[in-house]
Amino acid sequence: MMVEVKLPELGEEIKTAIVSCVYAKVGDCLKEGDDIVELTTDKATFNVSATRTGVLKKILVKEGDEVLIGQTLAFIE
Amino acid sequence: MVGAGHDPPLRVYMQMYIQDLGLIDYQTAYAFQKATVQKVIEGGQATLILCEHAPVFTLGRIATEENFLVQRATLEAQGATVCRINRGGEVTFHGPGQLIAYPILNLNYFSKDLKLYMGKLEQVAVDLLQYFGIVAHRFSGRTGVFCGGRKIATIGIGVRRWVSFHGMAVNVSTDLGFFSMIKPCGLDVQMTSMSKELGRSVELKEVKEKFIEYFCLNFNLELHLRGVV
Repeated sequence: MMVEVKLPELGEEIKTAIVSCVYAKVGDCLKEGDDIVELTTDKATFNVSATRTGVLKKILVKEGDEVLIGQTLAFIE
Repeated sequence: MVGAGHDPPLRVYMQMYIQDLGLIDYQTAYAFQKATVQKVIEGGQATLILCEHAPVFTLGRIATEENFLVQRATLEAQGATVCRINRGGEVTFHGPGQLIAYPILNLNYFSKDLKLYMGKLEQVAVDLLQYFGIVAHRFSGRTGVFCGGRKIATIGIGVRRWVSFHGMAVNVSTDLGFFSMIKPCGLDVQMTSMSKELGRSVELKEVKEKFIEYFCLNFNLELHLRGVV
């Protein structure tokens, strides 16, 4: 089953974030909690991690992309 | 300017561990932070790491080399190193006489709101400075703490699995000459210190104790244990 990894809510005033680092690549076997991407918003960085154990099937973003809160970043199977 | 006073309490009295690393180089302290983040992710106790760094310029994720106003060789000749790191923000300087606070907190127990968290860090510095007789304030839209137009405390954080790392630096008696080699935070801003504002020498030790007190107050934490290095 494919599971979406989304950018969660980061607080009331934050609507978007920039992808500042991609830690994982397609085909990686991830454990729940492993870092997938890091996002930057002004003075903060936020790591989005695997929501469950599985294989990383797709990464939909690359470094420098601006993403919206709630946007799908990756798929794990 | 953001209104004075404290945000409403978010949670009542969790215990916190204080780890004072003293004067320590940046990379060693960062390794300690990483290990502590992992412990807190696994359910360990909230920890406030305090330290001073040997002279170092750190570049956050959005830092550009143009914000160095002198050559790298000039920085190194002054005994400073340069590190690119994974906190938010631009370039800044850390050195002796600056109080560094790295709170390693599980934000699930406070608020999963990055701006609110940074605002509370700012309030800790505002309260601390007020205790020492320095009028300081926060500006909406500008992270950090200011005395007039001069910046006295800087903030840059990282969050992994909702556990915070990196944090805040308060200039107590920092050699401000280092800041003239960069555009701090990418801004044309003048930096200041507690010693400069008060026109007297201020000891880091006395500031540290008050910082812990105001940190606990703002985050509704109870001091539990102190680590000894």
